[in-house]
Amino acid sequence: MPARRIIPCLDVKSGRVVKGVRFRNHRDLGDPLELALLYCQSGADELVFYDIAASPAGASVDASWIRRISDLIDIPFSVAGGITSVDRAVQILDAGADKISINTPALRNPELIDQLAARCGSQCVVIGIDTQMGPTGYEIYQCTGDTATIHKAQRSTLDWVREVQRRGAGEIVLNCMNADGVRTGFDIEQCNDVRAVCDVPLIASGGAGCADDFVDVFNQADVDGALAASIFHLGTLTPNQVKATVAEQGIEVRL
Amino acid sequence: MRPNITIVDIGGGNLGAVRSAFSRLGAQTITSADPDLIAKAERVVLPGVGHAEPVMNHLNSTGIAEVLQTFERPLLGVCLGMQLMYQSLDEGDICGLGLLPGRVKKLQPAAGFRVPNMGWCQLHADRSHPISNGLRGGDYAYFVHSFAADVDQHTILSAQASKPITALAAFENRVGAQFHPERSGPVGQKLLENFLC
Repeated sequence: MPARRIIPCLDVKSGRVVKGVRFRNHRDLGDPLELALLYCQSGADELVFYDIAASPAGASVDASWIRRISDLIDIPFSVAGGITSVDRAVQILDAGADKISINTPALRNPELIDQLAARCGSQCVVIGIDTQMGPTGYEIYQCTGDTATIHKAQRSTLDWVREVQRRGAGEIVLNCMNADGVRTGFDIEQCNDVRAVCDVPLIASGGAGCADDFVDVFNQADVDGALAASIFHLGTLTPNQVKATVAEQGIEVRL
Repeated sequence: MRPNITIVDIGGGNLGAVRSAFSRLGAQTITSADPDLIAKAERVVLPGVGHAEPVMNHLNSTGIAEVLQTFERPLLGVCLGMQLMYQSLDEGDICGLGLLPGRVKKLQPAAGFRVPNMGWCQLHADRSHPISNGLRGGDYAYFVHSFAADVDQHTILSAQASKPITALAAFENRVGAQFHPERSGPVGQKLLENFLC
């Protein structure tokens, strides 16, 4: 199988990279282009840009910065945020993005997944899922970019994971909300439970605090990649430092 | 002077990424769906992501297919563009351009191997060829695909999926990359540089 991927995620709000804790209190961390190049040069396998303001505001991402990112970096990147139509997805892919990632719009209109897969191919359709354990099992939340709009989607995570695959999703990013931004390790248990019903590539997201957290999620939950923000943005570790630790444990990464 | 690159506009897909990669190398690119313009190009790149059937129909109905089939200067197919260079494809059960012999087959999931095959895979050097100068076995390239050609006499580099697959093929003026050189870091850049030579 391919090398396990280390994926820095840049949450973009009004053209700046921001990061919150458990989706709240966003702090300014810098310019998306500068950070993109920095990560590209320090071993990132892929980048994700989440326009976190897009879905709650009913807006969609602007394509001009996507073109600038595409010109700058030579690793794959995906764009998420308010992509509600096939036409919009095609614009973003044309601007140079390799994948589009949809979250809230897929929950509102699941048919969109089928349409995107038919038009653009499953390989570029990533489904992002914001999820945590609730009283009856794992539950999905939507419009998570803003505390004013975040709410439960009334769906079971595991059912949704099965459904999006049937509809043509090519990859799933599992954002475990209870772990997000607190840097106490990935939610291994939830990743494992989702892995059991997920045949397409699965990316763990939320909770990375040290290089060993990546080792654990690869070894214990068999995810294809692991996504993190704070640990990279705050300069705690570079992707290459994480990969060195992961490789020492005999896990294949691109060095 | 770098040769001008004409990127075939197949409507959507990885056009932007391919254009960006050549511009980082200082090459001029144009994007075109005009068969006459493509016929006169110094170098042609056939990019492509997505489903094979609508793209192949588009190439046939616009006359671009015929132009590519008789094109004598260097031609590079990337990912779906590479797959369409083969004689036939499982996806949509269609005929391709017939520029490379063989059939592009559906990848089967196996223990430790998921479909789509998405991520950085190690390359294995099968044959030497000017297009792969500077690339070595063990280098990583970025793949995103659910179909692939078997290893055959035109394979320059291969990769391991549930079975060995062709990662880079070359035959006469034609080169096909199953991986995405435009998104494969310095390894991909080296390949694109070789294509410009």
